[in-house]
Amino acid sequence: MFVKQISVFLENTEGRLDEVLKILAQGGIDILSASLADTMEYGVLRLLSKEPDKAKQILKDAGFAARIDDVIAVVVPDAVGSLAKVVGMIHAAGINISYIYGLSIDGEGAPIAIKTDDNAKAEAIIKAADVKTLGMEDLQ
Amino acid sequence: MIWNEAKECMSRDELEALQSARLVKQVNRVYHNVEYYRKKMQAAGLEPGDIKGIEDLDKLPYTTYQDLRDTYPFGLAAAPRSELVRVHASSGTTGKPKIAVYTRRDIDIWAECVARCLSMAGITKDDIIQVGYGYGLFTGGLGAHYGAEYLGAMVLPMSTGNTQKLIDMMIDCDVTSIACTPSYLLHVAEDLEKAGLVDKIKLKSAICGAEPWTDEMRDQMEARLHIKAFDIYGLTEMMGPGVACDCEYHKGLHIWEDHFLPEIIDPSTLKQLPKGSDGELVITNLTKEGMPLIRYRTKDLTSIEYDKCECGRTMARIQRFRGRSDDMLIIRGVNVFPSQVEAALLTVEGTTPHYMLVVDRVDNTDTLEVQVEVAENFFTDEIKSLEKLSKTVHDKLKMAIGLNAKVKLVEPNGLEHFDGKSKHVTDKRKLYQ
Repeated sequence: MFVKQISVFLENTEGRLDEVLKILAQGGIDILSASLADTMEYGVLRLLSKEPDKAKQILKDAGFAARIDDVIAVVVPDAVGSLAKVVGMIHAAGINISYIYGLSIDGEGAPIAIKTDDNAKAEAIIKAADVKTLGMEDLQ
Repeated sequence: MIWNEAKECMSRDELEALQSARLVKQVNRVYHNVEYYRKKMQAAGLEPGDIKGIEDLDKLPYTTYQDLRDTYPFGLAAAPRSELVRVHASSGTTGKPKIAVYTRRDIDIWAECVARCLSMAGITKDDIIQVGYGYGLFTGGLGAHYGAEYLGAMVLPMSTGNTQKLIDMMIDCDVTSIACTPSYLLHVAEDLEKAGLVDKIKLKSAICGAEPWTDEMRDQMEARLHIKAFDIYGLTEMMGPGVACDCEYHKGLHIWEDHFLPEIIDPSTLKQLPKGSDGELVITNLTKEGMPLIRYRTKDLTSIEYDKCECGRTMARIQRFRGRSDDMLIIRGVNVFPSQVEAALLTVEGTTPHYMLVVDRVDNTDTLEVQVEVAENFFTDEIKSLEKLSKTVHDKLKMAIGLNAKVKLVEPNGLEHFDGKSKHVTDKRKLYQ
């Protein structure tokens, strides 16, 4: 069970983030969660929405490079060491984590998005440890 | 001081008679010794006898960069291999370089041409000169070196890359003159100022070339280092540095017309233009034996003044370069064609060939930024992949043009899309006024 993440390439220029968010708002896209990975000159904006395909199309039409990727949405239990446990399991399986960011989705625990080089295997390991993962249908 | 008054101050009549005699001889030489030229002349319906003097120059076909590539490496050599003593090559070209071959006499004439230039800058056998051009296939280092030795000056062959050592030895050895690129000299000036050492140097003159520069840069150099700065011009294909140089009156660069026959053509109609016109500079090697070029199109845009100079020399003066008739850039002395960048980019998977070269001069050093569009099919959600793309582009460019460029990834369609490749360049240096 994965969630679909939309990512957009943005030049690190003034007002660019504002612009892309306005375009999505005008297109009626409800952004559930956002994370920006930035470098000196550019950034990658990662978003979750209930309508990833529509969001991608809007971005494409506006001339942005956008894509959709599966990420694992993990509800990390609200206890000390839970995140370390999740990461530790993935690491122990020899799977590389590309990135992690927190999700602003209401509910129990601390939801995070994880992208690995083997999402299917990582998700199976997480579920086997009785840690909850979310699918698109869980996005409110 | 005039090194060779008999030649440099010749009357126009005498000079033209000499040029005509040398042109006839040169045309015969290339017709009989170089198959490529012979075929070209035959295709134009020409025999050597049709060229009776410089008035017939415009009958001869042009030679271009492409001819040099087609005949690489020695297809245009007009002397037997046993008489060829040296090879030089132009900088920064991808694939086959433009090369030049020299006989011993060519090397001697080159040295004299450079000695004339150095003399024009007031340099004598009593001077101590640092050569800060690269030594190697590039003509700058060895060209300036041989010229300075020919003159009898004492040469410090510094080459490039170690500014600290250059400054130390400049002071320790009482160096009085330097030959290097203008941007490098300004860089040296800055380091000298930072270290508070400007008062410690004995530098009187600088002969700068290998890249276009402005009067403003000359004013800066002269004021900051208390020297006189001179502009030396040349190109590997014709010989190297020392084809022309400016005198203390700075009214253009005196071209050594007894060895290099200049003309101005219209680059679009390819017709020779009357004296004094603006157009593309075309030069014919009158005395070169190793690889003489006939009507070589330099692609440099300028005009030529023929009136006698206040310095006493009669040799014509090439005026300020107004640009190029092709899209070649000279960056840190390296020749760069946007097409080379394009070719390199096409080998990088995932990038469209949409790019923009931004050339600037920061702290007196040329900078090159290559903006590359990230194609949608390459774009990933991972920064590391994008960084890898940057690095790949950087490395491919380094291989193709020999320069470390700053690579900037931009959004697709972030660059204006042009049909003409010359629009792929933004040169902020304002080298041509």
